[in-house]
This record gives sequence, structure tokens and C-alpha cells, in this order.
Amino acid sequence: MVLIIAESQKGQFKKSAFEAVTYGYKTAQAMGSTCAALVLGEAANAGDLGKYGAGAVYQITDAALQQFDSQVYTAAIAEAVKQLGADVVVLNHSSTGKSLLGRLAARLHAGSVAGVNTVPTVSGGFRVKKSVFSGKAIAEYEVNSPVKVLSLTGNAIQPEVVGAAVSVSALQVSLPAPKVKVKEVIREEGHVPLPEAELVVSAGRGMKGPENWGIVEELAGVLGATTACSRPVADVGWRPHHEHVGQTGIAIRPNLYIAIGISGAIQHLAGVNNSKTIVVINKDPEAPFFKAADYGVQGDLFEVVPKLTAAFRRFKEQQ
Amino acid sequence: MKLLVCVSKTPDTTSRIAFSSDGAQFDANGVQYIMNPYDEWYALVRALELKEAHGGTVTLINVGTESNDQVIRKGLAIGADNAVRVNCDPQSSLFVAKQIAEYARKENFDIVFCGKETIDYNSSEVGAMVAEFLDLPYVSFASKLDVSGQTATAARDIEGGTEMVEVELPLVVSAAKGMAEQRIPNMQGIMMAKRKPLDVIDPVPFDELSTPVQYTLPPAKKTVQLFNADQMDELVRLLHEEAKVI
Ligand SMILES: Cc1cc2nc3c(=O)[nH]c(=O)nc-3n(C[C@H](O)[C@H](O)[C@H](O)COP(=O)(O)OP(=O)(O)OC[C@H]3O[C@@H](n4cnc5c(N)ncnc54)[C@H](O)[C@@H]3O)c2cc1C
Repeated sequence: MVLIIAESQKGQFKKSAFEAVTYGYKTAQAMGSTCAALVLGEAANAGDLGKYGAGAVYQITDAALQQFDSQVYTAAIAEAVKQLGADVVVLNHSSTGKSLLGRLAARLHAGSVAGVNTVPTVSGGFRVKKSVFSGKAIAEYEVNSPVKVLSLTGNAIQPEVVGAAVSVSALQVSLPAPKVKVKEVIREEGHVPLPEAELVVSAGRGMKGPENWGIVEELAGVLGATTACSRPVADVGWRPHHEHVGQTGIAIRPNLYIAIGISGAIQHLAGVNNSKTIVVINKDPEAPFFKAADYGVQGDLFEVVPKLTAAFRRFKEQQ
Repeated sequence: MKLLVCVSKTPDTTSRIAFSSDGAQFDANGVQYIMNPYDEWYALVRALELKEAHGGTVTLINVGTESNDQVIRKGLAIGADNAVRVNCDPQSSLFVAKQIAEYARKENFDIVFCGKETIDYNSSEVGAMVAEFLDLPYVSFASKLDVSGQTATAARDIEGGTEMVEVELPLVVSAAKGMAEQRIPNMQGIMMAKRKPLDVIDPVPFDELSTPVQYTLPPAKKTVQLFNADQMDELVRLLHEEAKVI
């Protein structure tokens, strides 16, 4: 059985949960197996995971799961794996999933692959691919343990509805008391977090100063995009650190990445080169970013960006 | 305080990445190696700061071959007290973590530090694995870490925000940007590093359960389509009809 762990936040599933179920469903098909979903804690409409291909949905509700402690969550998943006889576990490659993948591998003596982005093939052994060297290459892994654990890169696969909602069965497990106490969770509200964003508008040192970011925010606002920035811009405090993308910042793979006044240094590209479509706005025709771009605008960003925003606005009005 | 910092060796960020012609092996020809930036800039420096504030020792551990000694010596030059290298050529994170855990188990460290990921395999696994092997709490992606008495407080980077947590020592922590500022080794540090102990120990037997078997380079990008500032409606049309991203 392929068991996917469906992540939720404040009782709501994230899109990545549906991506994981679709991935689990396809993996189970490739293996001639079945796919089930496991929900940890409270989540509304858990049975809806059936629509994406979970043949069964299990839920563990225990006070110990109200806050995230990797030891407690690992104990819960490991217990479910045993009770259900699962042989492939799929997590999201998120802050939660990454904290669990390694623990589960150690606990279950399972081969693991972190950040997979294709459905496994099983004809010549269990093989699955992931991006390595910060997007500069792809590695295919072979996993040869009875139980395997994978974490799925965000936005690598789109959720597909293939069935109907199913009923939810409760699993009884005994869990240790949490040792990590969560004192406070601080979230920037009002926009999609960068690692989950499908549309990203990013700007760099070409902006000249923080006072000029209005045009970037306006463009992002019209698109419903999340804003990002290059490292030097975060380092000097023009923008908050959580916007910093690249090798030493966040790695993202949105559908659309618009880079404004960013030169395209290799360390910047390392975090964004898996974006589906890249638009680069730069006044320097020699800027390395143009080599990694699908669409490029050569020109002064202070002229180009407002014109692009206006064009998006016209497009939205016609829709 | 007894602190252990796990360090790994990765190709320099600007390295050209290439493979053997059958795609089975990484081609190390001409590749410059560095200490993994998260290990060096954040994990190691924060460990040194905690030692400076509370007393204690900072030990480095690396699982790898003799060619890693150069990176380990750099860590000693930055200020670690001693180092251990588990002499082998590991293929998977689980193998590496097992070796680190076997060493750490005997030494009773208060905190085991890792970087949040390596910049070559980008897996983020070793810290969680070490924590599980040692049955310790794990705080991942910590952009702040403070210790007072037996209690650690940390800020964890999560999607779109930060989680503030509190946990008793001992623990395993993975270090993200913000935890400390990079330190450049000085001449005295480099001289002293040569005399600091670097013990080489044998690995414990452990199976490789997950190994990379085939590498490929991503398909080459099509050449860029260029526009000027007055062609923005056309660009938007293509993003909608051709790229289908809006
Ligand atoms: C180990 C290491 C890790 C790193 N990690 C990261 C990382 O994670 N993320 C990251 O971003 N960087 C990282 N860097 C830094 C990286 O090498 C570059 O220095 C950085 O990305 C450059 O930022 P930038 O493109 O904003 O600035 P610049 O390189 O200064 O580029 C500014 C660009 O703006 C253009 N421009 C200027 N004015 C205008 C205008 N009016 N209109 C249009 N275009 C204009 C210029 O032509 C230029 O191309 C790292 C470096 C190292 C050594």
C-alpha cells in the first residue's frame, strides 16, 4: 500500500496534500497497489482526499498532534505504517515533511528519496527521480528496502480528480508526550507563502532602493503573485529575509517567475531555475539571466514594470 | 556545553556540474570543493558562539574519505576544538546519519548541529535521521537558537512564517540563514588548526538502502524570446496562450 500523509494547516488541507494524493495514486497504479491517505490531527472534509485517488482515508486525532513535534508525528506515522502494512510512504517536501522524512527512514529502516518530482518506475527495481545540485542536474535513485519513504516537491504534479469522496476511519495509536513546545506561530498573513506560490514577482539590486518597491508590489497585486528578492537586497534590509530566494535562501518552482533587475548569478538561479516559465526584465542585454529565461524584456525596469502591470490589468479586465 | 557539528563537503556553488559519459558517476574533474555553506556559516559559527558564552567544546564530524580533511581543517581553523572523520565513501544520507549517531551516542553531546541541507543533494535528511537514531528531539530550519540552563529556545522557519519553540537539551538542530554570521578564519586559526586533533575512525557496518544510479542534465532551455517595453500586451498574450501560466 502507498500511504500518503496529507498535510493540513489550521484544519484545512493545503494544495500540496492533493498533489501528494494524486502522486500516491499514480505510484500505486505503477506498482499494482492501492493508495491510502493518513490525516494527522483535525482536518475538515478528510474524505474528499478520495476524489484524488485515496481508496481509504485514515485519521489519527490525539491531543499530542495539536502542535508539531517530529518525534510524536513520526511515532504516529510509523504506527500507521505497521497497522496498515504500507510499503511506500509519501510526504510533502515541506518544512513538516522534511522534518519527518529522515526520522521515518531511520525508524522504519527505509530507503528514502527527498524531493522527488516524478512518479516511480518499478520494472527494473524501484526507481525515482529528483533534482540535485540546486537544479543543475537530475538524479535517478534506486531504493531497495522493503519500506520506502519519499517526499514530493511542491508543484511538481497537479492534483487530478479521479474518484469520489470516501469515508474516514479512525486509527488508534499510543503516542509519546511532545518534547518540543511550540510557544508561538508567527505568519505573514494575506498572501500565499513563497514555497507554495504559483506566481512570483521578484526584484533585485536594479531597483536602486527600498522606496522603489511600489511598482513591484503593484505588479504582484494585479497578478495575485507573491513577492521575492535576490540575496543582496535581503542582506541590506531593503526586503525581509523570508523573501530571499536562491541557493542560500528558499528554492521555489512556481509556474511563473518574473525577475526584475536581477542579474541571474548562478547562486540566484539555483533557487529558481525549476520555475516553469521565467520572464526577465533587465536593461543589460548581457545579463546572464536572459540565458535562463523563456521571455525577456530588455529595458529600464522603471519604464517596463508599470507597462507590464497595465497590460496584465487589461488582460484581467477582458477575462 | 558539549557540542557536535556535522559538516559535509560540497562542490563550490559556481562549479560546472558534469557526469561520466554513461551518467552513472559524478565527474569531479576540475570541481572546487567547499564546506557546505549552511554547516559553515550558521551551524558551526553558532556552536562557537554558544561555547564562547557558556564554555565547553565544539567537535566536528564528517563521514567521508581522506580528501575531506581539507574541509575539516577549515572548520578547525574557524574555531572548532577537534574533529572526527568516519573513514568511508557513503552513498546515502541514512548511512551518513547512522555513522554520526553511533559516534554521538558514546559522547553525550548537548546539541548536535547540522546545516539545513547540503547544496549538492538538497535533501535535508541527515539531522532528522540522527535525531531518530538517538531518540532525541529535532528542531529543523532554526534561524535562531539560544540556550539558557538546560533549555533551548529556537525560531523555526516554516512556510510563510516562523514558529517559536522551546525544548530541553539534549537535541538535534538544523541551521538556517539567520542563526549566525559567517566567520573568516584568520592566520592564527589556520596555524592552530594544523595541531588540533583530527581522529579517523572506522564506520559501523550498515546497508545502503537508497542510492543514485543515473544522472542527467536538465533539457536545454529554448532560446529566450525578446520584447521591448511597448510590447507588453503581446508578452501577456503569450504567457496566457503559449506558456499557459496565467
Ligand atoms: C555562496 C553564495 C551564495 C549565494 N546565494 C545567493 C542566493 O541564495 N540568492 C541570490 O539572489 N544571490 C545569492 N548569492 C549572490 C549572487 O552571487 C549575486 O551576487 C546576487 O544574486 C546578485 O543580486 P542582484 O541580481 O539583485 O544584483 P546585481 O548582480 O547587482 O544585478 C542587478 C541587475 O539589475 C540590472 N539593472 C540595474 N538597473 C536596472 C534598471 N533600471 N532596469 C533594468 N535592469 C536594471 C543590472 O543590469 C543587473 O543585471 C550568493 C553568493 C554566494 C557567493
